[in-house]
Amino acid sequence: MSSLAQKKGFGAVIWDYLTTVDHKKIAILYLISGGFFFLVGGLEAMMIRIQLMKAGNDFLSAGLYNEIITMHGTTMIFLAAMPLLLAFMNAVMPLQIGARDVAFPFLNSLGFWLFFFGGIFLNLSWFMGGAPDAGWTNYASLALASEGHGIDFYSLGLTISGFGTLIAGINFLVTIINMRAPGMTYMRMPLFTWTTFVASALILLAFPPLTIGLFFMVFDRLFGANFFVVEMGGNTIIWEHLFWIFGHPEVYILVLPAFGIFSEIFAIFSRKRLFGYTALVFATILIGFYGFMVWAHHMFTVGLGPTANAVFALATMIIAVPTGIKIFSWLLTIWGGSISFTVPMVYAVAFIPSFVAGGVTGVMQAMAPLDYQLHDSYFIVAHFHYVIVGGVVLAILAGTHLYWPKMFGTMLSEKLGMITFWFFFIGFHLTFFIQHFLGLLGMPRRVYTFGADQGWDLFNMISSVGALFMAIGVLVMLVNVVLTTVKNVRVGNDPWGDGRTLEWAIPSPPPFYNFAQTPLVRGLDTYWIEKMEGNKEGMVYAEPLGDVHMPNGSIIPLIMSFGMFVAAFGALYFLDDSKPWALAVLIIGLGITFGSMLVRSLKDDLGFHITKEELIEDAKRGGNTDGLK
Amino acid sequence: MDLNKRYTAQSWPDHPETATLEGKNKFVGFWLLLAAETVTFASLFATYLALKDRGPEGSEFTAAGLFELPLVFAMTMILLTSSLTSVYAMHHMKNHNFKAMQAWLGITVLLGLTFLGLEIYEFNHYVHLGFGYTTSAFSSAFFTLVGTHGAHVLFGLSWFIALMIRNSKRGLNMYNAPKFYLAALYWHFIDVVWVFIFTVVYLMGVIG
Repeated sequence: MSSLAQKKGFGAVIWDYLTTVDHKKIAILYLISGGFFFLVGGLEAMMIRIQLMKAGNDFLSAGLYNEIITMHGTTMIFLAAMPLLLAFMNAVMPLQIGARDVAFPFLNSLGFWLFFFGGIFLNLSWFMGGAPDAGWTNYASLALASEGHGIDFYSLGLTISGFGTLIAGINFLVTIINMRAPGMTYMRMPLFTWTTFVASALILLAFPPLTIGLFFMVFDRLFGANFFVVEMGGNTIIWEHLFWIFGHPEVYILVLPAFGIFSEIFAIFSRKRLFGYTALVFATILIGFYGFMVWAHHMFTVGLGPTANAVFALATMIIAVPTGIKIFSWLLTIWGGSISFTVPMVYAVAFIPSFVAGGVTGVMQAMAPLDYQLHDSYFIVAHFHYVIVGGVVLAILAGTHLYWPKMFGTMLSEKLGMITFWFFFIGFHLTFFIQHFLGLLGMPRRVYTFGADQGWDLFNMISSVGALFMAIGVLVMLVNVVLTTVKNVRVGNDPWGDGRTLEWAIPSPPPFYNFAQTPLVRGLDTYWIEKMEGNKEGMVYAEPLGDVHMPNGSIIPLIMSFGMFVAAFGALYFLDDSKPWALAVLIIGLGITFGSMLVRSLKDDLGFHITKEELIEDAKRGGNTDGLK
Repeated sequence: MDLNKRYTAQSWPDHPETATLEGKNKFVGFWLLLAAETVTFASLFATYLALKDRGPEGSEFTAAGLFELPLVFAMTMILLTSSLTSVYAMHHMKNHNFKAMQAWLGITVLLGLTFLGLEIYEFNHYVHLGFGYTTSAFSSAFFTLVGTHGAHVLFGLSWFIALMIRNSKRGLNMYNAPKFYLAALYWHFIDVVWVFIFTVVYLMGVIG
């Protein structure tokens, strides 16, 4: 590595991304693949809304409709929302704490490739005999009765991508515990780092039960086990428990980082320190904690009995308290601030009433008796879309605008961003607000059609028009990305002008070694403090300029994940009489995975050093501009 | 990190496993992984308890009728002893006595292999009685819980053996000390899980 900035050919760039262990490049990989799956999931959503546009529609058959709603939910949660948030965590969190990289760069890459191959495997079901069709919750009584291999694609694909997410979670936790810059105490960490921390802890404890549930499903369907087979003594409710012990914390895994992004936005664009920083931190921890005690509110109608229902109902209502603390802290951050309504800020302001609406319907469903009325109706569909779209997706769109310059060195167009916002925001409320009333009128979720005499025609039509608006918004966003990438106007360290935290103290995009010198953190909103004190250097540094240790890139994560992908096909066809090669494929796949694990373990990988001279050289070329003038 | 740097028992740090940033990261990360593993086994235990003795109409297999304590007690003692020998190995690792560490790790591996052999014998015995993986919900839950533990034992043994062979020529350094330490930590975790299996599956099973 004699020269740090070289022009590379196309093939070299591809190879670079396949072998990268740099958190900023892995963030881009997450963003691209998450964005792709978001479009796939969106396409599925559009097909659902076309089918439900009018009574008795035959755009989709009943069976295909089941596959599409299942894949829409699964794709959006596991393959779009989570990786898009992981993209921002990867891009921003290590910079926010002044770290060189994440704690385990190799595992970071492995986590991405596992997610990627899991997602591809799941979506290959469309071309290999049919997609899963038991809903994204995949209840065992439905799933065991499903013909073909759709469900097996679901369980094996999610197992693989779940391993990836678990690895990412552990990695972020260790990064935040061990790699904070000097002076970055826990109570000086930016809110986005805090929410990444708590969400990672939730990933750590919530994904294993899902993995076990998926294992049971695989063993039952493919290897003849009897966990959920009632006539053999099994119990289908076990699946529901395991799924929701994962599934409810999953909601917070998604929404806490969204809260983190909005917390950053409110502070930046109100030019104020976050109101109630400490309260926000503890509210985040409390939400994470309570998140594990409420899973059975998804199962009120299962028949767990009045005591269990009462306990879980109360626990669920309690969660509204820390969430309310957050809402008021944000409002009081805006209050009296010097507000600039940029695109991220507009999303953040729109998020508050949208998410509160989702929260209020959530508390309504927490009342077990009322939930008996609302269960499995469109009211539920409206509720969780208000939470996920009104909370998580708005945060992802806002975060894309906010962090785009940091990730790519150029701004997205504000004008097109506003057009996207208005289409998406109006479309969102048009689609889902009316679904509350459809639910109250008795329309059940997951039905592929309805009769003209049921009085649901108009509301469904309105809902479908709203979905079209959202689609237009997303398309404008794509145009925005293409246009601004072609124009490629370069921006400096702090393109929004009011950045408060460490990621804005470094060039956009940052050099691959991040800060040439580890910064010294002197308080909350540390970069803002330096700016206010007129620090020309940008930051105060905790160490003199010296050699920087960097990890080596590696292709092993990709090969290891590919092995799992191959093995999954072996498991999938294990019981098929017509495919005697399945066992061999299973063994070869696992062989690839464990073989590459062994190579990784036995081969020393000590990384390399960038010398002080190279850093100075790079600074002269403009590769980094922090404090080296 | 300089792999060629030679250490003596005097210059070797007290806690070589956390003496470098890489070691510290591995240390914290591994404890977190063990937290995830704990939840994994908790899910398996909960499922086992829910499905214990459940089977198709007229199924004669119950925990009380199936399990016999003498063999399982011997397995428990062997695995507990292997945990102790791995502690001795780590003691010598911290004293920078590579040969003694290798020897104690070797004993640990032998004990682990014995345990695994007995477990395979036990499983084989059940299958011959007609209690196979697909016989009933009880059998699926039992073999999955205990078998997952067995797979962990196998992985732990492979890990020890790979580390011992890889480093047999070059001895201890700051790069491999955390690896030995984590493998031993993993081995203790496996041991603790077995204590729970012995209690929940076998002792409580025999009581009925």
